[in-house]
Amino acid sequence: MSGNGYFQLALYLVTLLGLAWPLGLYMARVYRDELPGFARWMRPLEHGLYRLCGVRADDDMPWTRYAFALLAFNLLGFAAVYALLRLQAGLPLNPEGLGNASVDLAFNAAVSFATNTNWQSYGGETTLSYLTQMLGMTVQNFLSAASGMAVLVALMRGFTRRESGGVGNFWVDMTRSVLYILLPLSLLLSLALVSQGVVQTFSPHVDAALVQPADAATGQTTSQTIAVGPVASQVAIKQLGTNGGGFFNVNSAHPLENPTPVSNLLEMLAILLIPAALCVTFGRFVGDLRQGTAILTAMTLVFTVLLAVCVGAEQSGNPLFERLGLSTQASDLQAGGNMEGKETRFGIVNSALWATATTAASNGSVNAMHDSFTPLGGLVPLGLMQLGEVIFGGVGSGLYGMIVFALVGVFIAGLMIGRTPEYLGKKIEAFEMKMAAIAILAPPLAALAGTALAVALEAGRAGLFNPGAHGFSEALYAFSSAGNNNGSAFAGLAANTPFYNGLLGLAMLMARYWVAIPVLAIAGSLAAKKIIPVSAGTLPTHTPLFVLLLIGTVIVVGALTFVPALALGPVVEHLQMIGVK
Amino acid sequence: MLKELKPALALLALLTVITGGLYPLIVTGIAQGVFPHQANGSLIERDGKVVGSELIGQPFTDPKYFWGRPSATGPMPYNAAASSGSNLGPLNPALADAVKSRIAALKAADPDNTAPIPVDLVTTSASGLDPHISPAAAEYQAGRVARSRGLDAAAVRALVTRHTEDRQLGVLGEPRVNVLALNLALDAGGR
Repeated sequence: MSGNGYFQLALYLVTLLGLAWPLGLYMARVYRDELPGFARWMRPLEHGLYRLCGVRADDDMPWTRYAFALLAFNLLGFAAVYALLRLQAGLPLNPEGLGNASVDLAFNAAVSFATNTNWQSYGGETTLSYLTQMLGMTVQNFLSAASGMAVLVALMRGFTRRESGGVGNFWVDMTRSVLYILLPLSLLLSLALVSQGVVQTFSPHVDAALVQPADAATGQTTSQTIAVGPVASQVAIKQLGTNGGGFFNVNSAHPLENPTPVSNLLEMLAILLIPAALCVTFGRFVGDLRQGTAILTAMTLVFTVLLAVCVGAEQSGNPLFERLGLSTQASDLQAGGNMEGKETRFGIVNSALWATATTAASNGSVNAMHDSFTPLGGLVPLGLMQLGEVIFGGVGSGLYGMIVFALVGVFIAGLMIGRTPEYLGKKIEAFEMKMAAIAILAPPLAALAGTALAVALEAGRAGLFNPGAHGFSEALYAFSSAGNNNGSAFAGLAANTPFYNGLLGLAMLMARYWVAIPVLAIAGSLAAKKIIPVSAGTLPTHTPLFVLLLIGTVIVVGALTFVPALALGPVVEHLQMIGVK
Repeated sequence: MLKELKPALALLALLTVITGGLYPLIVTGIAQGVFPHQANGSLIERDGKVVGSELIGQPFTDPKYFWGRPSATGPMPYNAAASSGSNLGPLNPALADAVKSRIAALKAADPDNTAPIPVDLVTTSASGLDPHISPAAAEYQAGRVARSRGLDAAAVRALVTRHTEDRQLGVLGEPRVNVLALNLALDAGGR
């Protein structure tokens, strides 16, 4: 890799952290109802919404009611997307005359967008009408992201409240996330993306006459139909809300969804921006910014190491290409390396960086085809999902997942030194640990049980596209993605079948709610507790030692769960690849 | 608990209007007003007729044109109505076969060229619509294009250099050559 490659990676990380800091402080003000002056003009809109909907902003909800509101809201969101998909043929804004989706596809896509997974079992431009993209996908991109952020805010209140029966109001937390955070950022980002060439129109697809026209011998046609649509508005929120479901089939590899290196940088920053900033919000919320930076440091360290592995593996490339005498050395004239499934304008560095960021966050958008990555290059995104989407993770869900790991970490440390574990002044007791255990074990259960079923049953094996160990990796990747609400794919897998649509849909539901609801239970339990003053026996949770403890907990749990499955997939494939002479 | 259903339904409806209706409409309005060329697909017109997009590649197989990246879209390459990658794994024998046949096609069109072929010229892009090739891949083809057109190789190389985009802002992404723009310039007599 050239010096420029290192510079681009460093530039990304520095810009990301630089932007996350002020955004995090701003979000803390939003959730604590201390809006800064420039955002106050939206307050009448916010309160008007509450009045129309019968919401009282000061109506404090116990965690059970908060959870019920979340479930009711997401269920209705699911129903809306499902209905749109099943009825779109007869609805307006469908210039290409696309038909209705099948029952299983509509189920899968609706679950996928309501749970913030945004797995694409369909090809966007060939399946979804403009209306479905806007009223279905774009809306759920906002609302599922806001739902995740609301759950995190409730958990943060669990730490700051003392002997309280409530954790806040779901409707208020969700609405504020949309109005003050997601909407303004999406508006700015979508216009920046249009300036780079991302399309934004309601016109039908465009026909262009090919410069080298018909060639009867090869069956080539004389014209090219170019799919367009209201793309930029959806791409902006799908990146910012860690959604990841693209307007087009190939997502942000499509030149009209991600046309230039600048659009690529903006979209990559948008992937991790809010998840990183929420760490700062957390620090401000609990009154000690160091608590947030400790978690952010742990995330950044794991991210940087895995990023280096992914870039290195893709730049080293596929030995096949050298055996065939190709030129694969990176230089100022070419990116070299493993260019199968990658775009020229992004090369190796920006493709590997995107793959790492999109799976560290539970975003799942892609700008290169992960299925064609080298075994170790593909192991990185796979592993990042399997760690539970807590290295930055989804908006809200990443940090609440990471806080659950922090609780497990202080519990383990408490056992080792023989003291009652506590975190941020709250005693961590049996109930919290039981809920933490459910939240940590549910996603791997969905991922591994789903993979096992897929490779054991003919209906599952029929969908595998590549032969050998790589085919197994396709199934493992699909269920790791759905089972952690990521949404990216080894896209060779033929997933639009009743078997995969159904089973992956169930995995997404389990990964979302078997984590979110235990987390709300923890929030409720913590909010009801006293705050214990810091004493000599308190384990400090802002130190480098705690950062290492947290990383260790995440890695050990993830590794113990997934090493056997990884050994059968990417590890075997890597050994086969380097074994060929 | 049923009392949560009313706010759920009402907020879903109102936020759908805001985020699914107003927001895309506002973005479309501003985009069409300020960046109409980009918002409509960066289309290239020649004699009043759309001949492509600056951002979408086209299939070229004639030796007198520069060839773009292989495309895995179906049923024909560079199908911009259905983007797709090959999704071939690194050890899939189909990948080795495909790359070998592309090498053979390049060598058949230019038998005397002994330079190593740049990897991006024989591997499929992620979208199947990649408008670019690397400057190395353009250099590899310059001699063939010049010969097929009866042009001076130096003139073709100069045209390639003019159509080579540096990293954006000098830093971001990779240097690249827009194949459609380059071929249109060739057809127009090297402007």
